[in-house]
Amino acid sequence: MFDSVLIANRGEIARRIIRTARRMGIKAIAVYSDADESLPYVKEADQAVYIGASAPAQSYLDSVLLLDVAREARAAAVHPGYGFLAESPGFARAVIRAGLTWVGPDPEAIEQMGDKIRARNLMAAAGVPVAPGSSAPVADADAAVAEASRIGYPVMVKAAAGGGGIGMSAAFEASALRAAFDTARSRAERFFGSPEILLERYLPRARHVEVQILGLTDGRVLALGERDCSVQRRHQKVAEETPSPGVSAALRERMLEAAVRAGEAVGYRGAGTVECLVDTETGSFVFLEMNTRLQVEHPVTELVTGIDLVEQQFLIAAGAGVSFDAGSPPAPAGHAIELRVYAEDPKRFLPSPGAITAWSEPAGPGVRVDAGYAAGTTVTLFYDPLLAKLCVHGATRAEALDRARAAVAAFRIEGPKINLPFHAELLGNPEFVSGDYDTGLVSRMRQA
Amino acid sequence: MTFRRALPGAHQKEPAVAEIRAEMVANVWRVLVSEGDHVADGDTLVILESMKMEIPILAETSGVVSKLHVAEGDVVQEDELIAVID
Repeated sequence: MFDSVLIANRGEIARRIIRTARRMGIKAIAVYSDADESLPYVKEADQAVYIGASAPAQSYLDSVLLLDVAREARAAAVHPGYGFLAESPGFARAVIRAGLTWVGPDPEAIEQMGDKIRARNLMAAAGVPVAPGSSAPVADADAAVAEASRIGYPVMVKAAAGGGGIGMSAAFEASALRAAFDTARSRAERFFGSPEILLERYLPRARHVEVQILGLTDGRVLALGERDCSVQRRHQKVAEETPSPGVSAALRERMLEAAVRAGEAVGYRGAGTVECLVDTETGSFVFLEMNTRLQVEHPVTELVTGIDLVEQQFLIAAGAGVSFDAGSPPAPAGHAIELRVYAEDPKRFLPSPGAITAWSEPAGPGVRVDAGYAAGTTVTLFYDPLLAKLCVHGATRAEALDRARAAVAAFRIEGPKINLPFHAELLGNPEFVSGDYDTGLVSRMRQA
Repeated sequence: MTFRRALPGAHQKEPAVAEIRAEMVANVWRVLVSEGDHVADGDTLVILESMKMEIPILAETSGVVSKLHVAEGDVVQEDELIAVID
């Protein structure tokens, strides 16, 4: 096992990784920008290195700078967290070339899955179901209209190199498709540095369900259950739960099998997530994309399995075996829910940076808070609005819902606008409480 | 002079002069109009960006952009004036 790790990230996920690193006796080296100097993860790391200005391009996205810092700090490994450089094959390669351990999958796997068109084709060849869609980039709006008449409306327009829902939109007819295509292309160039666009059949009543996989050192791929991520605003997740209330035992078995095949198709090592759309009307599913890194919502899987996924990442990166019996991984127990606490107004979900004047976290049985901020810190406009992940675990979904309601009521954050009132509303929403919901839930809540 | 906040999607009627202000701290990503331009109610004037989200700022009345207080790359504070429409 390596003895030190540089965490090329910030906020709650840096803090989360530091916790496991320290427990395992690995020296945790954090990096921080001007904006993040006072955040808890900087204080909790064994060593913290200032890396520059607040704009991500001048700090957390500067791969040359981060590698220099890793070398100077004598880090033996680099953990990228999620976002920023986590899915940059170039950064992964540079880390490996510098003789450091990359805590993540092989750069080739990142590359294959990073291009959504290539990933779709690869998954289809491996026998994983994919939605009707593009097998090559769509050149222009005319080509998009032609492609859509082949696929069938409605279609989803996406950046091939994209993620996080940015630039994605659904089109129900040709003129809307032309507009969606232009928007997607400008966003794709700006955010992802590649203008390539693909179309896929859009499922209006779908659940977003993903499978946690773990590729072991010996080449085996394990599936550690699913997470339902259908509570979304702007195609971005707000709450997740496991097990999915919309997935039957038979469907779960097929999804987990497909996720293992997806991982095997790219020789996947480490923690990854296979995202799928489940058609609630037919009970079928299609591959959406694979996230070649630790997922934001990984805690719900940890709560029901008792497995520390960051620990497994470290072990696998070091070429070691996992901490549990890989021949019979722990069966998930109970039900877990994660609520993403964002600095945004709870009605329209507009960002709300600002100074945090009070911060008091809930506690108690089955409650876990992964927080990036504390009283006296400031939420700036430079990064995404995630302040904390409020996670609860119960023996049943009903118990988890009760614990979530109590925890939301007890969580006190003052300063910026916070979406906790949205979560209180969600936990009282009949559709969510019934478990029979889909990705349209939040927009229906806001239309009401 | 009537003060109204720049609410994306908010289209209320009137007044003769409208001040468009930022609702939150944000970067100015795109400025789509110039002083002297005629704009219609609902036209996008400026696109702000904050916390990885784009926030289009729309004209809430038809008229002429008489003052434009921001340029691309600026940081605006909450309540800061973006534009005036006469």
